[in-house]
Amino acid sequence: MSVSLPIKRSSRVRTLRMFGMGLSFSLMLASALTIIAILLLVLGIIIKNGAPGLSWGFLTQPPTNGFESGGIFPAIFGTVALVLIMTIAVMPVGVITAIYLHEYTRSSSLVARLVRLSVNNLAGVPSVVFGLFGVGFFIQFLGTGIDQAFYGGALTFGQPALVWAALTLALLTLPVVIVTTEEALRTVPQELRDASLALGATRVQTLVKIVLPQAIPGMLTGAILAISRGAGEVAPIMLTGAAYYLPYLPSKLNDQFMELGYHIYILATQSPDVEKTLPILYSTVLVLLLLTFLLNLSAVALRSITRAQMR
Amino acid sequence: MPPASSPPVTGERIPIIPRRTAFQPPSRPWWSRVHDPLSRSVFFTVALTAVVAVLFIFVFVGKESLPVLLDETVMQEASLEKFFTPQVYKAGKEPQLSWQPVSKIPKYSFVPLVVGTLKVTFIALLFAVPLAILAALFSVEFAPRLIREIVKPLVEILAGIPSVVLGFFALMILAPHLKDLFGFESQLNAVVAGLAVGIAIIPIIFTVCEDAFTSVPPTYREASIALGADRYQTALRVVLPAALPGVFAAAVLGFGRAIGETMIVLMASGNAAILSAVMSDSVRTLSATIAAEMLEVVNGDVHYSVLFFMGTLLFTTTFVINLLGDLYIRRLRARLGGK
Repeated sequence: MSVSLPIKRSSRVRTLRMFGMGLSFSLMLASALTIIAILLLVLGIIIKNGAPGLSWGFLTQPPTNGFESGGIFPAIFGTVALVLIMTIAVMPVGVITAIYLHEYTRSSSLVARLVRLSVNNLAGVPSVVFGLFGVGFFIQFLGTGIDQAFYGGALTFGQPALVWAALTLALLTLPVVIVTTEEALRTVPQELRDASLALGATRVQTLVKIVLPQAIPGMLTGAILAISRGAGEVAPIMLTGAAYYLPYLPSKLNDQFMELGYHIYILATQSPDVEKTLPILYSTVLVLLLLTFLLNLSAVALRSITRAQMR
Repeated sequence: MPPASSPPVTGERIPIIPRRTAFQPPSRPWWSRVHDPLSRSVFFTVALTAVVAVLFIFVFVGKESLPVLLDETVMQEASLEKFFTPQVYKAGKEPQLSWQPVSKIPKYSFVPLVVGTLKVTFIALLFAVPLAILAALFSVEFAPRLIREIVKPLVEILAGIPSVVLGFFALMILAPHLKDLFGFESQLNAVVAGLAVGIAIIPIIFTVCEDAFTSVPPTYREASIALGADRYQTALRVVLPAALPGVFAAAVLGFGRAIGETMIVLMASGNAAILSAVMSDSVRTLSATIAAEMLEVVNGDVHYSVLFFMGTLLFTTTFVINLLGDLYIRRLRARLGGK
């Protein structure tokens, strides 16, 4: 940085400086506006083309006529079933991990650092690698193991299935749940814990009766964010259980299933006639977008409500 | 004072209050003595899930790729040497680097895929990094509170858009328009995929940068202003350099995301394994190759092991990159911490 004694500035320096100010300001402003414009453009195009096709029938009917007409009910059903099982699997593990990290150990302890490191890395693992892991561990190792132990080697769980896709997604969304829950636990004042312990409550009683009730909205936020993330992931589930088309709805844990994101991928890249399926494709994208958007919105709202309560 | 239990000295009878009734707190159930240590160990075990998961990913993805490194017959077809060096497939022909896993003579060269991945990543970073850094700087240093409160949730919404939707956007809208604009020979290419991946990684770069800029202590800015610098000079020459490790971490994390991004490149890159430096050629990336070919391989096949090896490679790379990002964030904290 040049240090000039600003006693008397030549007008040239001042002009240069004004120019620099203007340039840097407009560059920064333009960058911010570009990002917003991209977002609005993506949303705008999808809403404009997708909205006309939305109807009750579209949401409640199966696709017909080679995806050219009908609805996307099986995909919605599959997505809901998938994220439901995923949530059941991820919530206890995520919440307990966060509780352990925040309530039971100092953040400088070796275990805490190790867990944090793993969580950070888990969050950065490419989603397709999760898919490979689902194939290698859940399907080949666990699934085949279960088949040999309980089904006499008959192919039952050792193949792509709803439960394996859900568990793979659970692993993928684990970091989201841990981070949000820990954040929620952090907002519970330490005095409450101290008071409870001083009155003779055990740690578990303090946790269950004092800390967790306060942290419930935060944990819900975590669940919602995890669902929104899980509902949008395609790469892991296309390797572990999603199906191109199924004439029936999945009813067992080891059934395959249709899913919104995968349906979009199929319609966009493998459709027999892209022009004819395009309106349906747009509407499907809009449904997925609305789903994740509403979920994220409710998470944001929930979080701001909790923050307001804490003040 | 004599202890309460000592016998009274005089003949006067003093009622002896049984100790237990007066001040004893309500008795705890028997399990309360057990459940604290018990729950601690249960919670500890559950908390290790994340650690075990990372370990298992490495072990189980790595395990399936072992034949490529150990099995003699598999290595005739696919080995490290075949992955990364030019191979002569037909006597008298030039040695080549090509990825054709399902031809009569399977060719497993990673080079076109690695180059493809780097091309897409390069475009993505070129697009996203400056945009996100400048926007974050704007949001922290100059934007009025109101604008800041609008920009942040918008970026969060952008982060929430599933990558398959961005892939769809790139495939259906971006690709045809860019083709008209620049006259690309192939409609789906590294530029289209790179831009879409760029959109996908803007949020993480923005967020990490914003954190870095906010964590620069206000005293830095005050000192700069006091020395006669204006707000712009302060932002660009004081705040930005002070937060540089954080900005670098943001770029590194963005890089990690970009090389692992799957659905966007699968849909918008054209998926042709062409080895070239031209950005407007179709490309095939590592992640897209795994996603596309995993569904068609026979379990336990050479091709199957090769794809898992590719996954191991991808996992190891992102793992190292994430560690690096972590390191730089910690360095930023150390630099700005102090107090």
